[in-house]
Amino acid sequence: MMEPVPVPPFERFYEEHRAAVLRLLRGRLGAGRAEDAFQETFLRALQAYGRLRHGAHLRAWVLTIARNVAVDALRRARADGELPEAAAEDRRPAYAELAELTDGLPPAQRAAVVLRYGYDLSYDQIAAALRSSPEAARQAASAGVRRLRGRSAR
Amino acid sequence: MTVPADLDRRFRDAASLLGLLDVGYDVVETPLGRVLLAASERGLAAISYDPDPELELERLARIGGPRVLRSPRAVAAARRELDEYFERRRRAFDLALDLRALPPFTLAVLRELARVPYGRTTSYGALAAQVGRPRAARAVGAVMNRNRIPIVLPCHRVVGADGSLVGYGGGLERKAALLRLEGAL
Repeated sequence: MMEPVPVPPFERFYEEHRAAVLRLLRGRLGAGRAEDAFQETFLRALQAYGRLRHGAHLRAWVLTIARNVAVDALRRARADGELPEAAAEDRRPAYAELAELTDGLPPAQRAAVVLRYGYDLSYDQIAAALRSSPEAARQAASAGVRRLRGRSAR
Repeated sequence: MTVPADLDRRFRDAASLLGLLDVGYDVVETPLGRVLLAASERGLAAISYDPDPELELERLARIGGPRVLRSPRAVAAARRELDEYFERRRRAFDLALDLRALPPFTLAVLRELARVPYGRTTSYGALAAQVGRPRAARAVGAVMNRNRIPIVLPCHRVVGADGSLVGYGGGLERKAALLRLEGAL
């Protein structure tokens, strides 16, 4: 019996495969959408990483996740009435997409998620905009993202 | 194809923000040279002098789990408090510590060590006496030597009964520098 390949620390896994993941996603989605999909891919990988039993075939594993993320992204784009071919030129700004995606979140969470990830504001700025504390803004954004992730997992 | 720095940073921030890391770390410059800071959700887990990332990553995974990622955000609080300490604007640390999986004697010694005040020193024998093992000075020395979180757990404040510096995991020069910073030398 061969010894199972140990699971490397995530940093090493990420450094080794991030370029290949980005290449795949750019090929399928175009440069604009590929960035969000890149984040999504490695966040999904992180969530599952603690349950990996061995470190064999990690490249194939992460590229499978990336393909699934790309399929989801294209499906969303089609549902929005966008042609997948249009993906290469990312017509809709991130905030518009997020505003739609977050429809249905409690107002504070929705605002925090959109301001953070759509407009790339800092928590200090978000706190100022929402008249709350940076910590409360952080928690609202984090709770919102958790809720969105739960929804997309179903 | 290289990953744009901004995209890389956003992923590392998000991973920490979403609480997906077992251990987040960063390497920072201090007056004592480059230092690796590592933190879990429980608190600061390690400070290493002259880190060799190849070795450190495995060590951090053994402490907290395999989801180890460089993430400045994960150690921002520790970095801020250390900066303040080196600028003499902080005399005590408010950081939570991750002391998981340490044996009871080690924990007892580290707990006493944490109470040695800024700018003061104590001896290995005195610490041993404080944990009820007056003849265990040598074992206390071994605990200091393996201290995962130097500076914050101030093993630099432990010296020989005759006042000699004896030893330090980061080298005696650093021990002396820390004691000078605190005005104890």
